[in-house]
Amino acid sequence: MLDIREINKTFNPGTINANHALKDLSLHLADGESVAVIGGNGAGKSTLLNAVAGVWSVDSGSIHLGGVDMTHLPEYKRAKYIGRVFQDPMMGTAANMQIEENLALAARRGEHRGLRLGITRAEREQFREMLRILDLGLENRLTDKAGLLSGGQRQALTLLMATLRKPRLLLLDEHTAALDPKTAAKVMEVTRTLVNQDRLTTLMITHNMRDAIEYGDRLLMMYNGHIVVDVSGEEKKHLTVEQLLNLFSQASGSDEVDDKLVLS
Amino acid sequence: MSFLVSLLKMLPDAAAQGLIWGILAIGVFITYKLLDFSDLTVDGSICTGGAVAALLILNGVPVALAMVAAFFAGALAGLLTAILHTRMGIPPILSGILTQLALYSINLRIMGKSMLAVSVDKFDLLVSVRNQQTSCLVALVFVAAIIAVLYWFFGTELGCAIRATGANGNMSRAQGINTDTMKLAGLVLSNGLVGLSGALYTQYLGSVTVNMGRGAIVIGLAAVIIGEVLFSKIFRNFALRLAGVVIGAIAYYVVIALVIQMGLNTDDLKLFSAAFVALALYIPHWRANYAGKALQKGEKNHA
Repeated sequence: MLDIREINKTFNPGTINANHALKDLSLHLADGESVAVIGGNGAGKSTLLNAVAGVWSVDSGSIHLGGVDMTHLPEYKRAKYIGRVFQDPMMGTAANMQIEENLALAARRGEHRGLRLGITRAEREQFREMLRILDLGLENRLTDKAGLLSGGQRQALTLLMATLRKPRLLLLDEHTAALDPKTAAKVMEVTRTLVNQDRLTTLMITHNMRDAIEYGDRLLMMYNGHIVVDVSGEEKKHLTVEQLLNLFSQASGSDEVDDKLVLS
Repeated sequence: MSFLVSLLKMLPDAAAQGLIWGILAIGVFITYKLLDFSDLTVDGSICTGGAVAALLILNGVPVALAMVAAFFAGALAGLLTAILHTRMGIPPILSGILTQLALYSINLRIMGKSMLAVSVDKFDLLVSVRNQQTSCLVALVFVAAIIAVLYWFFGTELGCAIRATGANGNMSRAQGINTDTMKLAGLVLSNGLVGLSGALYTQYLGSVTVNMGRGAIVIGLAAVIIGEVLFSKIFRNFALRLAGVVIGAIAYYVVIALVIQMGLNTDDLKLFSAAFVALALYIPHWRANYAGKALQKGEKNHA
């Protein structure tokens, strides 16, 4: 489904702050595969996601999704095929627009936006039903502004928006990192529900080793712009945090493990 | 007593001017509030609208057609600002200033001199300072029609996408919205309305001068903020918020009439306007700080 070939990205090239964030990185994701990506600060996890989402274009290499060459498409055109949830709960929804308006915007992702009604009556019913299933207590708050929601509710709403039109790829950028543990668990539960429901191909960044182990069919670990660990199948199922740490120090050739990785 | 009488006499004029500038204020609302784009193009585009309308009317073009042309002339000015910002990466305020400066020359070119007079005696003008009551009615019809159309438009898919762009650009792009195109659409629409407002104001005054738009953005902002401060608690509906902006413009002109009546030197009017708007802009900030402090106190008590 997703085919990344030897992409490179350097920020601030030619300056003293030059940062080669992605180095000849290649990655192939099968249709319906859900992948957790883990790694320390500056490993290139978010850079990888932003490269796929098209926040900027890569310096070299190619990115294909479902046979479409995305390498040179702008962010808003890639959005037709990609659903995204950001780390910052504020970033995924428009705070001063109603919940149903946010959902209606997402329902038209990748479509031409013309002079038809921005939201129809049938959609309102559909949204209400979807929110009821997710059990967030939002089904009767459709006309509330999204800004009134808690961080967890906003992330859940963003998840629903990202999957409302089935995306070819779902990108989750540490989408529970800004939440308290209980809320984070709830949002992960919503994530599982939505991903399993449509068998979505998913790329999820996390700082949380346990989430990375428990979630998905495959686990990638990044270090210094490379993918250094790639575990899937049976091996992934029996992975422990300890093994993961060992794998990491072997692959990175050092004992330096990011505090955050251990702590979480 | 005579003070009150002469103030009452000034009211129809203030209302007519407020309604006409209310159309400009709606344009400012679209950029400043919906798009989160401080667009200074308006100082130039209001005059462009007036100049185009005056020139066409003087050349025998029907008034209605001249006003349509004024709308498009304003829209074109907005397009220029949008291109400077979205294609050339120039910051919003600077893009507007550059267009505004360029328009000064363009407006002189359109008019051929620094002032064009269109007399209500010679042409069938829609509004005129000589007939203030009728002018109020005509301007009111324009305002109502514009609010109705905008209410519909900002409920469409395109209108929602423009609002989303102003509310959250990241989210908009992630939902497949071309935020550059939406900024462009908003700026074009906004300055089109400003041009239309200029065409009406030119007819009302019976002339257009190249300095007509000086400080127009300040009056527009004043109207938007007065409308917000007065009505934000009552007017939640989009159409009512737009109406609040127009009432804000009328309130501004009533205040101006009042201070002139009280003896303010008209030379000091711009100084007064700037101070007034600075104060109006300060109110939301003051409120937020005050509310924040009250909340903190409440939390402490709670703990």
